[in-house]
Amino acid sequence: MEGNIAELGQYLGAGLACIGIGGAGIGVGNVAGSFLQGALRNPSAAGEQTATLFIGIAFAEALGIFSFLVALLLMFAV
Amino acid sequence: MAEGGGGFNIHPMEQFLLKPLFGGDEIHWYTPTNATLWLGITVVAVSLLMVFGSRGRALIPSRGQSMAELTYGFVYKMVEDVTGKHGVKYFPYVITLFLFILFANLLGLIPTSFSTTSHIAVTVILALAVFISVTAIGFAKHGAGFLKLFWVSSAPTVALRCVLALIEVISYFVRPISHSVRLAGNIMAGHAVLKVFAGFAGALGLFSVVPILAISTIYALELMVAVVQAYVFAILTCVYLNDALHPGH
Repeated sequence: MEGNIAELGQYLGAGLACIGIGGAGIGVGNVAGSFLQGALRNPSAAGEQTATLFIGIAFAEALGIFSFLVALLLMFAV
Repeated sequence: MAEGGGGFNIHPMEQFLLKPLFGGDEIHWYTPTNATLWLGITVVAVSLLMVFGSRGRALIPSRGQSMAELTYGFVYKMVEDVTGKHGVKYFPYVITLFLFILFANLLGLIPTSFSTTSHIAVTVILALAVFISVTAIGFAKHGAGFLKLFWVSSAPTVALRCVLALIEVISYFVRPISHSVRLAGNIMAGHAVLKVFAGFAGALGLFSVVPILAISTIYALELMVAVVQAYVFAILTCVYLNDALHPGH
């Protein structure tokens, strides 16, 4: 059991930062699920809304990428 | 730096290292590196597709012409749908961004190649160019009226509008950050995951069939991510353009 406390914090922080990715997963799932729900109710309007779907997914996913980035920075850049 | 355990000697981030093309260790701003090479290849590939695609102009398109026409029509429809007929003027910019990012992502997926879009330096330049040009277009078209973008006039009270204006200003200035980090983060994460699974395959010996199968699956996923991220970058550019052309809520 060697190593210093800073390294411990670095690894713990990187692991904790990855919790945020789960949030992004929930968000993306929500967007896609809601889209499917709406699309099945009114399939004729679904085709025009795929752009909105991707924008929504992109916004939700960006936050997960941010937390992944924090984890990467803690692991390799600090 | 994290150190790998026994038999695990593939470093997931090593693939993103910049290396000078013609030997030497020092990198100056003018040193041609592997990033320069693959950026160049990207530009050449885009040019080849569009030049050779539009050369024949056959009534029954060849495969190349078909690809070029489909891409062109797809992006044109996207710009027209999102920004309306006033935004079609900026279509060349959007298709340039789309094709460049698409080809950079796809070329980065070739084994042993270098994925240029995984570098924040590349994507930040693209996103900042979009941010600055969109802001300039907004002010050029509407003058001070562009600031209506931040003033949510449909909110009920003035106090609420002030709070919302603050939030809108912050979200406006976060745009280039999220725009660039989304692309770079997605590509970097995907490639790092591929390398991590490659490390598993090296460490497991006979059972490496499982990680190799997983790599094939993730590779297919990455192929989709490469296309979707190019699409998302282009469509967000259109959304920001639409904000600049039609400010106000």
